[in-house]
Amino acid sequence: MKLIECKNITKVYKNEVETWALKGVSFSVDEGEFIAIVGPSGSGKSTLMHILGCLDTPTSGQYFLEGREVSKLSEDELAEIRKKKIGFVFQMFNLLPRATVFKNVELPLIYEGLPKKEREEKVKKALRASAFPEEFWFYRANQLSGGMQQRVAIARALVNNPKLILADEPTGNLDSKTGDIVLNTLIDLNKRGHTLIIVTHELYVAQYAKRIIALKDGQIIEDAPREKAKTLKLIKE
Amino acid sequence: MRFEDLLNEAIFAISANKIRSGLTILGIIIGIASVIAMISIGQGAKSEIVKSIQSLGSNTLTILPGGARMGAVFMGRGSAQTLKEEDVEVLKKIEGVVNVVPVVQRTLQIVAPNGKNTRTSIIGATPEIFSVREISIEKGSIFNEEQVRNISKVAVLGKNIADDLFGEENPVGKTVRISGINFKVIGVAAPKGGVMGMVADDLVFVPFTTMQKVLAKSEYLNVILIKGEKKEILPQIQQQATLLLAEKHRVDPKEPDFFIISQEDILSALTQITTIFTIFLGAVASISLLVGGIGIMNMMLTSVTERTKEIGLRKAIGAKNREILYQILAESVLLTFFGGVIGIFLGWLISLGIAKFAHIATQVSLFSILLAFSVCTAIGIFFGWWPAQKAAKLSPIEALRYE
Repeated sequence: MKLIECKNITKVYKNEVETWALKGVSFSVDEGEFIAIVGPSGSGKSTLMHILGCLDTPTSGQYFLEGREVSKLSEDELAEIRKKKIGFVFQMFNLLPRATVFKNVELPLIYEGLPKKEREEKVKKALRASAFPEEFWFYRANQLSGGMQQRVAIARALVNNPKLILADEPTGNLDSKTGDIVLNTLIDLNKRGHTLIIVTHELYVAQYAKRIIALKDGQIIEDAPREKAKTLKLIKE
Repeated sequence: MRFEDLLNEAIFAISANKIRSGLTILGIIIGIASVIAMISIGQGAKSEIVKSIQSLGSNTLTILPGGARMGAVFMGRGSAQTLKEEDVEVLKKIEGVVNVVPVVQRTLQIVAPNGKNTRTSIIGATPEIFSVREISIEKGSIFNEEQVRNISKVAVLGKNIADDLFGEENPVGKTVRISGINFKVIGVAAPKGGVMGMVADDLVFVPFTTMQKVLAKSEYLNVILIKGEKKEILPQIQQQATLLLAEKHRVDPKEPDFFIISQEDILSALTQITTIFTIFLGAVASISLLVGGIGIMNMMLTSVTERTKEIGLRKAIGAKNREILYQILAESVLLTFFGGVIGIFLGWLISLGIAKFAHIATQVSLFSILLAFSVCTAIGIFFGWWPAQKAAKLSPIEALRYE
């Protein structure tokens, strides 16, 4: 069974004018893949990520996550799927600045309604899996550097043991050195079996992916293994 | 989401901006404290009145003569001379009547041997007045039937009068002059309290006959007190008394030349006034509570806007709309709850202060505390609802993008 299957997904924003953010996107993802979705700004990659992350629903087309069609679910049902199956890593980290590292990672579990003890176990596991140094566990998020914060965010994405990790420009706010560390953390997770989709416009991030999906004007212009992807070469040149 | 987590998250959010939360809570504290203090004044007044009406003696009816007329001018209730001693005998025959006490009352000068003097109400009555008005004796004794028959010049002093005239001294056995006539003090009444000119502590009691023959030199009664067996039969007694007295006075029972007032009448009239008084005070104080509530709404709206991104994140990681709604509501209810607890305490202190320094009776009842708590919760929910709805309805994508 495919983890993700998108069939002819469109997304139209209706303001004064209709904007077609996605014009029929179809692709599928196997479990354990590492994909970079690339494209210039306005190509629809953010919209696609929102739909893949069940933050939004497509205007038309179908989206199957683990074989279940999720494109027409209610807000609450989508929240349930996000909670159980998807981990997000955002460009802006989006941590609770005053809360400790531990509490930030714990946050998704609070909405699960897990008892304290069980939560603590899971948080520790996630922090260790993202190689977050133990001496900083009880630092407040706003006391940490950007790279550290992003690793907290990764641990938070990981804490529910999700099938799918979605990272939206995870290195966008970091210098290349800390970006590398963050990226390596993500790659590590992929190696341990988490399906990883990174949305980026940065070439060097995309290079690590095993498969490249390139978007332009709301359509997939290329979907190929990294070695064969022309898009990367185009950008390189 | 577990309840304890909901609570923890709310406390965490409130403590994010302690000054702002504190000031917002202050609004509620002032509101609740003033409601509690104001209602305590109203209820204090009410209980004082009930107490003093009851101090007039339970299960009693008071008969007053009707108003005299000078041409077309009504001279006021009690001004006519229509009640006589014979009336007492008629009233005693009514079923369920325990005691009937004739009273002649005059305001006269009373002088102690040491020269101290005062002007006060002198009550001439039969000895039953002490049991009917539930007056107990602190020192000495009351006068008896024999002394009434003998027109004895003896007096029982109210507590305040005894203190005014004799101070620390024991007045029993001493002689006082009332209207220039010597009276022997045989007793001092125990302090009782009372209200509005009905204070037993300010009265002097003398035998009925002595008052009639020696002091007032008048046959007419000012008041007749009737004590019934129990409260339930008072209306019947009142009806009977009206009919019998009207017959005796040869007047139409529908337009009698006397008035019968029951304690219930006085009580219900006065409690009605104090209830209006309490509601008025409470309503004025509620305005500050309303302002406090608007403060809560204002703070919650600001806080929701400030935390748009955080709310977006919470939704992205799986919080349902309802959970966000509950979280924001929990915050506003918690704010009002804290405000309520402190406000109740403060209001209680204020009411104690009023009682101590302004000498106004106050009473903080469980009812007003419970009311304050439920009003607080209601305010939290009411004024938190809109901000909470606003937060719950945020689209996670929009919220995450918010700068």
